Amino acid sequence: MSTVMRIPMTEYLEIDLSAERWLCRRCGHDLGPARGNYKEGTLVYDRDPREIHRPLIDPARYEFTFAPDPAWCRILEFYCPGCGTQIEAEYLPPGHPPTRDIEVDVDALKAQWAARPAGTVIPLGRDVAAQPLRTDGVGERNPT
Amino acid sequence: MSDPGAAQFTPQDQEGVAAFLAGTTLFLGPDPEIMNDHRMAPRTADEDRLLSGPIDANALDRVRKRIVAGLDEAFEMMEQTGAAPGAKWGDLTSAVYSASGDLIHISTGGVLAFASVLHYPVRFISKYWANDPSVGIHDGDAFIHNDARYGNIHNTDQSMILPVFYDGELIAWVATIIHEGENGAKEPGGMPSSSESAYDDGIRMSPFKIVERGQIRRDLLTFLQNSVREPKLQYQDLKVKLYSAQRIKERLVALLDEVGRDAFVASLRKSLEDIEAEARRRIAELPDGTFRVNFFSDSTLRENVLLKYPCAVTVKGDELTVDWRGAAPQFLNRAFNATLGTAKCGLGQAVLGFFWPDLPRGISVMNPMEVLTDEGSCINPGLEAPLGQSLQGAFKTFGVVQALFAKMQYSCPEKYGSLIAPWFNQINTFLFGGLTQHGEFVGNVCADLNGMGGGARAHRDGENSMAPFFAAMADLGEQEIIEDDVPFLQLISKKIKRDAQGFGKHRGGMGYEIAVAARGTPLWGFATVSSGSKFPAVPGLFGGYGCPSYPLAKIKGVNVFQQMQGAPRNWSFDFETLMNAQPFTGARYTTHHMGMGFELADEGEVYMICQGSGGGYGDVLERDPEAVMADVEAGYLSPETARDVYFVVSDPATLAVDLAATEAARAEERQARLGRGRPYGDFVNEWVTPEPPQHLPYYGSWGDDNSIIHATAWTTQGPVRVSGPMNQLPQIMLPDPNLLALAAQQARIAELEARLQKLDGQ
Repeated sequence: MSTVMRIPMTEYLEIDLSAERWLCRRCGHDLGPARGNYKEGTLVYDRDPREIHRPLIDPARYEFTFAPDPAWCRILEFYCPGCGTQIEAEYLPPGHPPTRDIEVDVDALKAQWAARPAGTVIPLGRDVAAQPLRTDGVGERNPT
Repeated sequence: MSDPGAAQFTPQDQEGVAAFLAGTTLFLGPDPEIMNDHRMAPRTADEDRLLSGPIDANALDRVRKRIVAGLDEAFEMMEQTGAAPGAKWGDLTSAVYSASGDLIHISTGGVLAFASVLHYPVRFISKYWANDPSVGIHDGDAFIHNDARYGNIHNTDQSMILPVFYDGELIAWVATIIHEGENGAKEPGGMPSSSESAYDDGIRMSPFKIVERGQIRRDLLTFLQNSVREPKLQYQDLKVKLYSAQRIKERLVALLDEVGRDAFVASLRKSLEDIEAEARRRIAELPDGTFRVNFFSDSTLRENVLLKYPCAVTVKGDELTVDWRGAAPQFLNRAFNATLGTAKCGLGQAVLGFFWPDLPRGISVMNPMEVLTDEGSCINPGLEAPLGQSLQGAFKTFGVVQALFAKMQYSCPEKYGSLIAPWFNQINTFLFGGLTQHGEFVGNVCADLNGMGGGARAHRDGENSMAPFFAAMADLGEQEIIEDDVPFLQLISKKIKRDAQGFGKHRGGMGYEIAVAARGTPLWGFATVSSGSKFPAVPGLFGGYGCPSYPLAKIKGVNVFQQMQGAPRNWSFDFETLMNAQPFTGARYTTHHMGMGFELADEGEVYMICQGSGGGYGDVLERDPEAVMADVEAGYLSPETARDVYFVVSDPATLAVDLAATEAARAEERQARLGRGRPYGDFVNEWVTPEPPQHLPYYGSWGDDNSIIHATAWTTQGPVRVSGPMNQLPQIMLPDPNLLALAAQQARIAELEARLQKLDGQ
């Protein structure tokens, strides 16, 4: 049995159970203690939402254009400092503190996985044909 | 300290006092003891006795399947024979309850959210009417209700609740319920966004007996018909619901004959307890911890304000705590408030529709869940708060919970649905009212509500204009048939709105454009009842983007049908082109937020909206470039957006992807992110403000401290920012936005007149 246990927690984040660290699933970059907030290990950018959701009707003539109002809404983009992957995108009013979205009980997670058979894999959903995710840290990294 | 007087009362005295008080209650309003309890009732002594022995699993399975078959049969009956547009498109359900009023199951099709709300009125009937000599419960009786304060999704839904007697014993309940639409509210269609008091919401039926020993009470029916704009529909659908419920009742009695009374009762209870046990097993498989999200709504449906809907789900062992504290306060003269029961519908819908879609739809699925709210918030308001647009609250409570499921269950080795980004969850459709080409007054809602885009999934794109999140098998109806009933045309119908996409590695399912115009009617009007025109209604997941914001656009002051007779090419089947090119002479082109109170429309005036996109999943730079260009080819995406958002480089003539150039562009963008992104600590220090910006009319907590609520209260001095615990805030009542606009215009006129006088004096 592999001694490495890296549990995929989101599309881009995993927890190394023995080291108790958040890691980027794309490049392995260490994002901080698993008992803490992984966002603290990211780079953040305050995106004007009009750059993503551009106005589809003329903003010079109309107030409502399909583009969010930048005085009401910002998009905080959280990047992995190792590979630049966009780990999260949070829509918030300007100045609103970013949300600590995942706060895991690491001790309970360890106990939960200790009780599961070695080699347990994680499917992406019921009846989903995509390759399930491994938890032994083998063959997971993808730099892009 | 004990009451010294209490010792003077014997138990008989106390019983007498209790009976006296019960018999002289002046008003049987919504009962907090009933309305605050979303869980199943404790076992009765009889159920305890029956379950203490061995249970025949085959009998249990037979009972459950036969109940579901009966419910599905009733569902089909209602969908095929119902008059309400909602009935025709699946906005209904049928239900069976235990004698205690615990929901055992609802129909396979229809609106799942009913599963978490239908027990409340049954419990009210049992508690208050069973032993009331003026009411009573008898074989052949049926009760009707619609008031969400007694347990409903919203007041457009009307129920028919029947007791089932077997050998003289009340052994179960059945119910049928349809989104009837019209309910006599301030505006046609039953969902009045301009409702300014609870008394603008239309008729509010507490549960009462409309059918007595098999006979419809025509006196009460006539009263109901006089209370709504569609009296014939009221009668027809009352019968549709009654006969469908009676069919379920017949099936139950036949089942009782077959399996026997004890096996039936034991099976109902065992089914509920099995559901709870399985729900607890599944929760225990989730990682313990707390998962949080903050959603925002940008509208009361009268004006733009920013309303916060926070959610923190804590998983601990086999229990969940859903914490919605910190949400915006109730507004006493705006319609978006939702009762606690309605708000919990959002949770129930998310659980049964997206988390555990395979579980039987019984009430006990919510037994392991605690729900925390602030009393006086917009999702747990007082009895005087208007509720006409309570879907705003329920759709947000759905959205916040659904948004967290993927984070809660990503690491689970067993899943029961998909890892999915937020489904679109706003009411982007038209309500309508007026006089039809057949001379009938009507008021109702377009089925385009059902065209919501699905959220992107971990393994594929979301489905375009798939279904409403609350009814997977709801239909859109045939437009030509609809136009045969009502006097307006959809000049743009079911065309995917280009570029209005939840971008991501997998993109959200997109929504379609809708343009409507009345024709051949002396009196007609429209309303829209949605938010999300300034602040997108749904976010994305794992780095994916949310939906865009959606406007309402109008072309007024012209009859486009007349202009098109001379110049048909002036029309474009494209919202964007019509608004940017402005092809109709003499027309007024305007855009608005999506909360439009009922407005009269002259023939040929055009109103345009779009259905919404589900959230995107994952980083846009990981999207398959071929999938990006397939969207361009299909007309879902412009080449500019493919380039600017997805960084796909292609041949403009052939749309062929230049893979090498795309990889280079994406690598460059990753480097650019590393350059512009700032370390979290530095960013937060500069970006976070201690309270909401003064320019925002903001309502709710700020950050993670949900004990302090910020609000903009209107006083004689105008708007004032207030902050404090929910129970210490002033009541929020906003001024009429039209009066504010008028005041602003008057001030402007006064200013210009003063300048003119000054110029005249020079």
